[in-house]
Amino acid sequence: MRFVDEFRRPELITRTAEEIRRLADPDHHFRFMEVCGGHTHAIYRFGLMDLLPPNIELVHGPGCPVCVLPMGRIDDGLSIAEDPNVIFAAFGDMMRVPGTHGSPLEYKARGMDVRIVYSPSDALKLARNNPDKHVMFFAIGFETTAPSTALTLMRAKAEGIPNFSVFSNHVTIIPAIRAILDSPDMRIDAFIGPGHVSTVIGCRPYGWIASDAGKPIAVSGFEPLDVLQSIVMLLRQLKGGKAIVENNYKRVVPWEGNRAALKAIGEVFEIRPYFEWRGLGFISQSALRLKDSYAQWDAEKRFAIPGIRVTDPKAAQCGEVLKGVLKPAQCKLFGKECTPEHPIGALMVSSEGSCAAYYSYQLRKAPELVQMT
Amino acid sequence: MCLAIPGKIVELLDEHRDIAVIDVLGVRRRIDLGLLSDDPPILGDWVLIHVGFAMSKISEVDALDQLRMLTELGEQQSALEEVQGLSGP
Repeated sequence: MRFVDEFRRPELITRTAEEIRRLADPDHHFRFMEVCGGHTHAIYRFGLMDLLPPNIELVHGPGCPVCVLPMGRIDDGLSIAEDPNVIFAAFGDMMRVPGTHGSPLEYKARGMDVRIVYSPSDALKLARNNPDKHVMFFAIGFETTAPSTALTLMRAKAEGIPNFSVFSNHVTIIPAIRAILDSPDMRIDAFIGPGHVSTVIGCRPYGWIASDAGKPIAVSGFEPLDVLQSIVMLLRQLKGGKAIVENNYKRVVPWEGNRAALKAIGEVFEIRPYFEWRGLGFISQSALRLKDSYAQWDAEKRFAIPGIRVTDPKAAQCGEVLKGVLKPAQCKLFGKECTPEHPIGALMVSSEGSCAAYYSYQLRKAPELVQMT
Repeated sequence: MCLAIPGKIVELLDEHRDIAVIDVLGVRRRIDLGLLSDDPPILGDWVLIHVGFAMSKISEVDALDQLRMLTELGEQQSALEEVQGLSGP
């Protein structure tokens, strides 16, 4: 366990942890979902569970874009990479995510032109610099990333760049939260709301979680103190029989979100009727595709996409872990066949995936434990 | 990829008002300001950067806090790699 005095403002952390203990009715088992993978990463990295009483359980949510992408979409994207005229560009997070016939990195090793980019605008730059090639950007991400892809497409259109396209896997967070609340095997008492998604969409879209579903939600920053304070807010709401949206990340998140970013999304994207999520299945109106006015830059229209659907390896229980039904270590493959070095499921690839986060937490906590599990 | 990186605007380009040079722990790169067009930052402002785009303006105190947190999260190196890797618009 990490000692509290390693944190910044340790006295405040201690006081907040005490407040949590005081508020958490010992007769109740609380299940709070942190929606965003960035929070999952921070919670494990800082060992925040160790500061909570045993009757507060943190359930890891679907907010890890790499983790929720079904393998079929990776296969579809990589099928385009097989065209010798195509440069396949994606964020580093994607590179080790396994497809049926290997990860993007393994495709690269087999001679396909696969490049890591840190920004969609870098992919566009690749297209400008390689006019004889076609650059396809494999886009992933929630509302945090979608505006950047949108703005890049607007620039591609304005400049009339013909050899660039986007394979959009952008997803939206609200329908995923709805699917989780509708799922019969899920019981969540309250939500720790995503931080940087909210810089774009603001706090208003969460209103129904409080008013219709009756669940408290606190939009949260990523510091240990932010997360603990958000838990205090949620416990206070539950104690007072309230359910409202609270913004506990005001230093970054405006209540109304970022209008320019939302406008860019609206200019370029439209909502898909449905999209498949790993672990959650098909969720209606949960993803973004390019509008017809951007058809020329839409990889799904420019290339013949096989539309592959793959069921996850049977032994891997990514779906259950993603839904919070199983903890990472309860999966049969965790730490054995599936490790960050040799990931079988996507949750073990991204540092925001709960399996990778939990694995490295265990490693820091008790190095010998990981060998045993 | 949800952990945004704070950077200080050290240069605004005359020829392109949507592009700025930022400094992150001594590393300088061009980033895109297009998503802040409603409230454009000025020289010396701090912004949170996500995939090469400024997402929001933040105070210097919060920016330094955020940098410290990235270090505590063990993400400082990958944040720097990300900034170094940006080829800039």
